[in-house]
Amino acid sequence: MSENEPILKVRNLSVHFNIPTGGIFGGHAVLKAVKDVSFDLHAGETLGIVGESGCGKSTLSRAIIRLIHATGGESMWMGKDILKMSPKELIALRKDIQMIFQDPLASLNPRMTAAQIIGEPLQIHYPEVSKAERTARVAEMMAKVGLTPEMINKYPHEFSGGQCQRIGIARALITRPKLIVCDEAVSALDVSVQAQVINLLMDLQKEFGVSLLFIAHDIAVVRHIAQRIMVLYFGEVVEIGESEQVVMDPQHDYTKKLIASVPVPDPKEEMRRREVRRKLRREAAAAA
Amino acid sequence: MALLEVKNLSVEFQTNDGVVHAVRDLSYTLEKGKTLAIVGESGSGKTQGAFAIMGLLPKNGRAAGSVMFDGKEILNLPLKQINQYRAERIGIIFQDPMTSLNPYLRISRQMTEVLEHHKGMSHSAALAESVRFLDAVRIPDAKNRVHMYPHEFSGGMRQRVMIAMSLLCGPELLIADEPTTALDVTVQAEIIDLLVDLQEDFGASIILITHDLGIVAGTCEDTLVMFDGRVMEYRKTEELFANPEHPYTQGLLAAVPRLDKKVERLSTVSYDFMSQRGEA
Repeated sequence: MSENEPILKVRNLSVHFNIPTGGIFGGHAVLKAVKDVSFDLHAGETLGIVGESGCGKSTLSRAIIRLIHATGGESMWMGKDILKMSPKELIALRKDIQMIFQDPLASLNPRMTAAQIIGEPLQIHYPEVSKAERTARVAEMMAKVGLTPEMINKYPHEFSGGQCQRIGIARALITRPKLIVCDEAVSALDVSVQAQVINLLMDLQKEFGVSLLFIAHDIAVVRHIAQRIMVLYFGEVVEIGESEQVVMDPQHDYTKKLIASVPVPDPKEEMRRREVRRKLRREAAAAA
Repeated sequence: MALLEVKNLSVEFQTNDGVVHAVRDLSYTLEKGKTLAIVGESGSGKTQGAFAIMGLLPKNGRAAGSVMFDGKEILNLPLKQINQYRAERIGIIFQDPMTSLNPYLRISRQMTEVLEHHKGMSHSAALAESVRFLDAVRIPDAKNRVHMYPHEFSGGMRQRVMIAMSLLCGPELLIADEPTTALDVTVQAEIIDLLVDLQEDFGASIILITHDLGIVAGTCEDTLVMFDGRVMEYRKTEELFANPEHPYTQGLLAAVPRLDKKVERLSTVSYDFMSQRGEA
């Protein structure tokens, strides 16, 4: 594998769900949640995935790393198809690919302390690391994500939302992964906390050189953190390109509507955007 | 005379860990036909401050101060009297339309009962009126959809139903508590634009409670920023955005990633002003 090869190559990935229609013969309808998605991700790069709720962005991210079953296509991780890996290979893969979830509190085990939560992946993937070494690495990682040493024995409910998300980030980073999938990782946070967590993610990415697959519904946040943006609409990629280009010169109708809809904290600009939206709506009504 | 005059409103909660002050010394005035935004992050007291006006605090909550609505004191009125204001003169839109609509009843029943109860309308007249309001909030095919159940609507459509319901009795004041937080950005923009249009048509005053400074910008005449139960800044929206005075407002504005401006690094909110005030 050469230097410039992407670390992740997704080709024609689709995920279909069978929805029972309730007949006695087990009839079902097929819901195509992800249709024929292809893209590349390079080392150290951040790719943002945006789209409205239900467009398949979470399903896609989970199918890529085989947390759910893909119906067809390929997900090539450093030359090997994740969708065809043996259970043993999959476990080894989890060292390299980690995930950060949306609801920071719900994704942490309430009966484990911060140190146990952060240290667990290390314990599982690197059992040869001694307990003392593990404790030292946990403490180091906690410092990196901005948690203080005295928090080591606290339980998730004792932390604020932003702090819980920091624990999630520390846990994801402790095995030194090459890719982190962030599924709406900052969406549930207050604006002030969101800014801190975004900055933290970007700093850590610089330090560790990890790639990010950053899923969010807020295209302004995605533009800030990602070099490239992929827009999903009803399970299909309708647009993919450099962040600036997608934001400044959107091509697809949905992307245009999305960008005109993002509120901007500037009264004059917001008045202008309202007119743009009205125009888009009139055009859509006329076309229908 | 202002439609709503809130003076030194405070809200406290009795909890097992002692008294929690959710709102302290909140004062503002709202003129007829104007829109006021109350902006704050979670726990800032923005919702409790508005709920206190309507007598919607939970049992352990206590409100003090004064709320003058159309020249009459309405804070802490007995249930029977505040009920005459609710829906008829003050409407409310909640954040989550699914939990605030009754899942067992058709939309038609939920809307007509408001009109039958408050206005004494006949069922058929109430139904016709309900359809008219669903039309006004741009629900397509309102005549047939009025007989559907809440779960048959999408999130955005449900919020339109909530807005239509809150407008049924022609309230003079509409309190919208995070009306778009649960919705997609594109749907959010539609709902906010709809509120702006409806205000022009119906002329109600609106209190828009939100955590998002962006949706405030093009919508409201005045903006009040809250933090930790206190008012940080209360000014004309245009002035506030052009020249934010309070460090907290400045911090909040700078912490939002914006589509119209590219920054290398987001600035974070500094809470130094807390220590300057002599509190931690």
